[in-house]
Amino acid sequence: MMRDVAIIGIGVTKFGELWDKSFRNLMAEAGSKALFDSGISGSELDALYVGSMSTGRFIGQEHIGALVADWSGFAHMHIPAIRVESACASGGLAVRQGYFSVASGMNDVVVVGGVEKMTDVVGDEATDTLATGLDQEWEAFFGATFPGIYAMIATRHMYDYGTTREQLAKVAVKNHANGALNPYAQFKRAIPLEKVLNSPMTAYPLTMLDCSPVSDGAAAVVLCAADKAKNYTDKPVKIIGTGQASDTLALHGRREICTFDSTVYAGKKAYEQAKLQPKDIDVAEVHDCFTIAEILAIEDLGFVKKGEGGKAIDEKITTLDGKTPVNTSGGLKAKGHPVGATGVAQIAEIVMQLRGDAGERQVKDAKIGLTHNVGAVGASCVVHILEAI
Amino acid sequence: MADGAVPRFWREIPQRYNLIGNQCGSCSKIYFPPRESCPYCRRKSMGKMKVLKLKGQGEVLTYSIIYNAPEHFERQTPYPIAIIKLDEGPKVTAQIVDCKLDDVKIGMRVQSTFRKIHEDGYIGAIYYGYKFKPIEVK
Ligand SMILES: CC(C)(COP(=O)(O)OP(=O)(O)OC[C@H]1O[C@@H](n2cnc3c(N)ncnc32)[C@H](O)[C@@H]1OP(=O)(O)O)[C@@H](O)C(=O)NCCC(=O)NCCS
Ligand SMILES: [Zn+2]
Repeated sequence: MMRDVAIIGIGVTKFGELWDKSFRNLMAEAGSKALFDSGISGSELDALYVGSMSTGRFIGQEHIGALVADWSGFAHMHIPAIRVESACASGGLAVRQGYFSVASGMNDVVVVGGVEKMTDVVGDEATDTLATGLDQEWEAFFGATFPGIYAMIATRHMYDYGTTREQLAKVAVKNHANGALNPYAQFKRAIPLEKVLNSPMTAYPLTMLDCSPVSDGAAAVVLCAADKAKNYTDKPVKIIGTGQASDTLALHGRREICTFDSTVYAGKKAYEQAKLQPKDIDVAEVHDCFTIAEILAIEDLGFVKKGEGGKAIDEKITTLDGKTPVNTSGGLKAKGHPVGATGVAQIAEIVMQLRGDAGERQVKDAKIGLTHNVGAVGASCVVHILEAI
Repeated sequence: MADGAVPRFWREIPQRYNLIGNQCGSCSKIYFPPRESCPYCRRKSMGKMKVLKLKGQGEVLTYSIIYNAPEHFERQTPYPIAIIKLDEGPKVTAQIVDCKLDDVKIGMRVQSTFRKIHEDGYIGAIYYGYKFKPIEVK
């Protein structure tokens, strides 16, 4: 029998092009903020998990578990440290592994971090590294790029459902408006619709402002057995559902271009465990690495019907005061997307919302929140459902 | 796409030059690139996967025009990239050539053609493979 797990501390760094911060600085900063927020001491820690996509290429360093334990000050305590990788879903997956270890009873308290330092490389190296999440032999070899593959989903969504370039752009406008309210966001500025539509084309039909940026940043959360959570905090947040799924690495291998079955299956598992339905979700952080990705996510998670994601933007269903506010943090689009950090930062945002600590971007009476973290173009996906207790 | 030792490219030559796939001897499903076994028949397909050359004709399911490309594709920008459903069933990702950008459309019929994919400026290697061109409607 698995036991309940709660989040008792969160910590995030600012996201952005942080030239004065190293990978080590970032992870240590987020980790110590989370530990401080939880009130636990290092000696109570049973294990450390860290999600990171591609340190080998971004900073020429592997063996990240040990590195993070060392620079977080735990080397002399010899705490087990585990690195988790699933492309852009590395962070969410690290949270899931931490969750399992506490739920199983093997560990009582663990820290889960996520981190990526993407601006220490020059030229095309950052985007080439991200593209390693695609199928290198059968997509990238032939000239497909990361934005290009998502763009192909957008083209087909427009064809099948009449989704428009304006609706895609409105996702960016909404998320930038939210990012403007988030002190940790990379882009703390609202942008008008025309600017998104008229920014340089990256991969038709997506412009540069339909894309998430290249970012540095880290996030961390402290997980603990739910029955002990109140010893540390008045506002624990319980993980009531978790789901993960995989799919073909290449988009062209799928049953369908405009559905991520990995999202559908991961969502289904999480909803089942939580005994909830999409309509019960008060606030969600979804993986909007490109504007079309948010439209797909709200459909595949069941917030709206398949094909109605574009219409949902027009109807403001996902704005801060809408029926299901999505990406209150600014999302990957405006908050920034240091890939390994993203899944953990999503959890941190939902915890802030459920604690009522989200300041200007607070969703009224938020009790149940969802996070959705995708690896590359949907070959992996992790969904979590959280509840304030 | 990362550069690598020559065998990495050489071992994919039959697939990339001649669209060699394979077919499950149990359920007849066709795969490209070829698979060790059929994901649906699993052990029943072991040792029963038959080599099959695909005709290279199919239909564009979706596309994009790439403006921002990695260094070794930069000289080709802007170029169309598409997912093509081959008549035998498998789908592939490839560039569309011999066609104006505006003329690339979902549903258009295309035929594979053997082309240079990109050049590695540093070691001077040239990589070849399939692209697709419109089938002339007579
Ligand atoms: C879209 C993209 C190609 C733009 O990169 P670029 O053309 O090299 O842009 P630059 O770095 O030259 O930036 C130019 C300006 O635009 C801004 N900018 C860059 N990308 C931006 C983005 N996605 N959103 C908003 N602003 C952006 C920069 O801050 C910079 O502003 P400044 O001049 O005020 O400093 C790049 O951000 C990208 O590849 N994004 C996708 C990342 C990705 O694939 N992530 C994984 C998905 S899971
Ligand atoms: Zn079979």
